[in-house]
Amino acid sequence: MIALIDYKAGNLTSVKKALATIGADVFVPQSPGDLAEASGIIVPGVGHFGATRALDQSWIDAILARVGEGRPLFGICLGMQWLYEGSDEAPDCPGLGLFSGRCFRLGTVRLQPDRNIKVPHVGWNSLSIERRMSIVEGVQANAQVYFTHSYAAPRSGETVAITEHGGAFTAIVQRGQVAGVQFHPEKSGDVGLRILRNFLELVG
Amino acid sequence: MLSKRIIACLDVRNGQVVKGVNFEGLRSAGDPAELARRYNAEGIDELVILDVTATLEARRALADTISRVARELFIPLAVGGGIRTEADAAAAVEAGADKVSLNTAALAEPALITTVAERYGSQAVLVAIDAKRETPAPPAKNGPNPQVVPREARQRGAREALLRRAPGRDRFSVYARSGQSASGRDAVDWAREAEDRGAGEILLTSIDRDGTKAGFDCAMTAAVSSAVSIPVIASGGAGGFDHFVDVFTTGRADAALAASIFHYAETSVRALKQHLREHGIPVRL
Repeated sequence: MIALIDYKAGNLTSVKKALATIGADVFVPQSPGDLAEASGIIVPGVGHFGATRALDQSWIDAILARVGEGRPLFGICLGMQWLYEGSDEAPDCPGLGLFSGRCFRLGTVRLQPDRNIKVPHVGWNSLSIERRMSIVEGVQANAQVYFTHSYAAPRSGETVAITEHGGAFTAIVQRGQVAGVQFHPEKSGDVGLRILRNFLELVG
Repeated sequence: MLSKRIIACLDVRNGQVVKGVNFEGLRSAGDPAELARRYNAEGIDELVILDVTATLEARRALADTISRVARELFIPLAVGGGIRTEADAAAAVEAGADKVSLNTAALAEPALITTVAERYGSQAVLVAIDAKRETPAPPAKNGPNPQVVPREARQRGAREALLRRAPGRDRFSVYARSGQSASGRDAVDWAREAEDRGAGEILLTSIDRDGTKAGFDCAMTAAVSSAVSIPVIASGGAGGFDHFVDVFTTGRADAALAASIFHYAETSVRALKQHLREHGIPVRL
C-alpha cells in the first residue's frame, strides 16, 4: 500500500486517478502512525512552500523512519522541493533535507533576472536526462512533461534530469529509494505514467 | 525550451459538444469524451471544457462530463462555464478538473479569484476574459459612460490611462455573461488585476473573431501578454495553421486555443504542430 500524503497543498484527485490507472494500491494516511503500513510514500502538492509546514515534526519523524527502513519515497512538484533543505519562497520553513541545496525562484539563477521568461513556468517542457537511473527507465532522453511552478531545485550530483527555463533546474532527482520530480507525472501523458510505474517498481 | 501549447476547447451544452459563431448559433459536434480521446491521441497539450450555456441559464458545469473526460486523460483539464462560487469551483476540481476558469463571476466579485487560488493554488485558476475591440467613443451626456477608465487604471497612473484613451489606440472592452454585457473594464487592466489577485493564467477570447476563422486578434493578445507575467492563452478566430504561427510570434501568446477547426476534423493537431515546428515554434510532438 502506497501512502499518498494529503497536507492540503492542492487537490489529490488527479494523482489518485493516475495511480489507480497503473494499478497502484493507494491510501491517504490520517496520522503519521498510519505510515507504518506504507510500502512506499508519495508526497504530492502544488503551491507555496509554506504549505509544507503542515508536515510537522511527527510526520517528518514517521517519514524519515520509513525511509530509514528502505521504503521508497517520491516527491511531486512542491513535494519534491520539500525533500531539499528549504526554499527561498519561505526562508524560515525548513525542508526535509534528504537532498542538498535550496530551491530558488525561476529566472534568478543568473546575476541578472531573466526578463524573457514568464514565471510561473507553465506548460510542456523537455527533459534532458543526465543520469540513467531507475526512475527514468524507458523515458526518452528529451521527453516532454507538464510543469506548473515558480520555484525549483538547483542542479546537483543527485540530479537525474534537468529542464531549462531561465537557466537549468532539477526536473528529476533520485538517490537510491528516494526520488522526486518537479513536473506533474499525473498530467504528463504516457511519459508521466511511465515514471509513476518506475516508482511502483521501486516499491516492489 | 518551453513549448507553445495547443489547447482544444470543448464547448459543452447538455452533455454534447457544440460550437457557435460570435457566441451564437450553436451546432452539435459530438460526444465530449470521444473528442477528448481523439485529441489526446493526436497530441493535444491540454483540454478546456466550457459549459457554454451555463452562465445564461444559470446551470453549473456538469460534473459528469468532467469526470468522464478526466477518467482516461492524463493531460491538464480546465473547466469553465457557470462557476460562480468557491463551491462550484470545488465541485469541478473534485470531479477531476485541474484548473477552473472564472469569467462572469470574477468580474462581479474579483475576490473569488483569490479565494479559489488560496484553496487550490494559482495554477488552478484561469481567468477567462472575453473582449471586443472598441473604437473610442465620445463621453455620454447622460448616465454612466461605459468607456470610462476603471479605477484600477487610474491607480496605475494617469499617463497610462490617457494613452489608452488616446484616439487611434486600440482598446479592448471586457464583456460578461458570454459576451452579452459590457463590464466597463479594459482587458489589459483586468488581466493585470486578475494576476495580482492570484490568477495563474489568462484565457483571452476575441468576441469579434470567435468562430469566424479570420485569425486570432494578435494585437489584443500581445497587449495583454506583454502586460502580465502569467501565461496568456489566445482564443477566437483560429482558421488555418498560419494563424497559430502569427499568434505565437506577433501575438506573443503562450498557448492557443481552438474548437471548431479540430472538431470537424478539418485540422489534425499533429499536422498543426508539425507546421509550427517548421516555422521555428517550439511544440511538443
